[in-house]
Amino acid sequence: MSTEITTTRAMRRRSVLPGFGISIAITSLVMTALVIIPLSVLALRAASLGPTEFLAAAWTPRARAAYAVSLGASVVAAAVSSVCGLLVAWVLVRIDFPGRRLLDSLVDVPLALPTAVAGLVYSTLYVERGWLGRFLVPLGIQGAYSWLGIVLVLVFVSLPFAIRVVQPVLESLDRDSEEAARMLGANRAQTFLKVIFPAIFPAVLTGFALALARALGEYGSVVFISGNMPFKTEIAPVLIVSRLEEFAYAEATAIAVVLLAMSISLLVVVNALQQRVARNAQ
Amino acid sequence: MSIHVRGISKAFGSFKALDNVSLDVPQGTLLALLGPSGSGKTTLLRIIAGLEWPDSGRIEEDGADITDRHARQREVGFVFQHYALFRHMSVFENIAFGLRVRKAPKQEIEAKVNELLHLVRLDGLGGRKPAQLSGGQRQRVALARALAIRPKILLLDEPFGALDAKVRVELRQWLRRLHDEIGMTSVFVTHDQEEAFELADEVVVMNHGKIEQRGTPDEVFEHPATPFVMDFLGNVNLFHGRVEKGQAFWHGIPIDYPDYPHAQARPARVYLRPHELDIARTNAHAPNGLVTDDSARNDPAGNGSLPASVLRIARSGAIVRISCRPDGAESELHVDLPADTARDLALQPGERVAITPRKVRVFLPDPEYVI
Repeated sequence: MSTEITTTRAMRRRSVLPGFGISIAITSLVMTALVIIPLSVLALRAASLGPTEFLAAAWTPRARAAYAVSLGASVVAAAVSSVCGLLVAWVLVRIDFPGRRLLDSLVDVPLALPTAVAGLVYSTLYVERGWLGRFLVPLGIQGAYSWLGIVLVLVFVSLPFAIRVVQPVLESLDRDSEEAARMLGANRAQTFLKVIFPAIFPAVLTGFALALARALGEYGSVVFISGNMPFKTEIAPVLIVSRLEEFAYAEATAIAVVLLAMSISLLVVVNALQQRVARNAQ
Repeated sequence: MSIHVRGISKAFGSFKALDNVSLDVPQGTLLALLGPSGSGKTTLLRIIAGLEWPDSGRIEEDGADITDRHARQREVGFVFQHYALFRHMSVFENIAFGLRVRKAPKQEIEAKVNELLHLVRLDGLGGRKPAQLSGGQRQRVALARALAIRPKILLLDEPFGALDAKVRVELRQWLRRLHDEIGMTSVFVTHDQEEAFELADEVVVMNHGKIEQRGTPDEVFEHPATPFVMDFLGNVNLFHGRVEKGQAFWHGIPIDYPDYPHAQARPARVYLRPHELDIARTNAHAPNGLVTDDSARNDPAGNGSLPASVLRIARSGAIVRISCRPDGAESELHVDLPADTARDLALQPGERVAITPRKVRVFLPDPEYVI
């Protein structure tokens, strides 16, 4: 009892910031109510199935194909977003041009726009008789009702994350070390690859992780552009919804649990990588 | 290699950073660009390096025009104030960087980097990251990195600005020795006059984008060309007096000033350095305000002496600063004495003293009035 009191008092004395107790309480409350309880319910629901039933529900060929589409398209989309996001962030930070502020605010639009709208617009654009489709489809590029279409909308929804994470890091980049590299005889490519990129790579990876998380959970836009063909363009979230429409709640939950597990493992891997790179860059 | 700066001007928007500056740096010189912030000294250094382009004027190396040559082709070593080390690279890789981008053979890189590590006294620390080094060590890595490409000119931007006082002095002396060993033409920027005087062969004092004076530390210190230089070198008592018929008057005390032989009196600025003043105790008032004490009158320069009261006495390192108020004056006058002398004199605040200048500098505010 007495030890406990001294510990709390010691903690109180050491903390410079006020309100440690109340802030930790609010944090736990929010995390419990918003994240832990819903996820536990999900796990409990899935646990009501036996192991064989669970496998039968979550590991069907159609479900496996849906996981593959979900993960594959999300990884590709996050990668594209990271590369494009770096470029856009670079332009926004380094180049002063008329309309820069406007472009800067446009970056956040995909976050505010209902993603279903984005999906509809994309499919209208890329169908055979659409504005872009009429040129692309004859070339064999199917933007609507295809895997490519899924990647397109996933890039659209995940790009803001990739940009916004890299942007502040680029802004705070030490210009002296770039100049030092130039003085030492490095050309532009060498300066970028050897000096700038190692410094921003941790941020690029963080942006990739956020974009990936966003893409994995996306539903609204994909459902309109992918065509939702089982085994081809059906993503896991769409499969979950169609199971729900068939009132197969347990099956839907099982698929959700697998998708969640895969997403979490992927994010853990990316974050571990990010931390390693960041430590190296210090 | 010698550097010739010919009529360089540079403006940032409406701010004139450099205004028609010309400067020659002979081969092997260690030159200091000294001035307050905004005086254009860093801009000049960056233009010589090729990190900034002049609006007009030329830069020459050994007579060859290099104005349009890119920084990476100038064979210039540059040391940044905040080191600008590559944080993700080891000390070894930092130093090797310039050689790696030149695709030098591996063995050559290894040998050169180890030689440089030895030169900057960082043997065995090649595997460390910059974050694991002290400020002084980091600046030595930055120097080794700049030297690795065998530059013909070494430029240093406030090289010791971010270091604490003790390390700064050590590194300064070490850099001077290093310069004597390798004899490379070097230019460094500083706002610290002590640093400039201790380190440099020649000092260039800059203000408002122009060169105020150039000379050896002795020349600049003993014969400041302009009031600005006098002020900037610091530690100076300024009074407003007048000049007339070959004499300047400071509180009624005449000082020889042959540069102004005219009969018409003009206001002048009179500068007295605290260490060029003598002080003697009088503790007596004369009815006419002049000093009666014979010892105070007995001054070799024949400048007369000034009665004053002691206000404060403060010890600062090896010297003691005595603040006085001359009779009838608004401003204070500082006198610096060696600690021993001050102890023997044992002045107390409130005592009466006579102050005798050994050396006085007079500047006329507007030279164009001089006929």
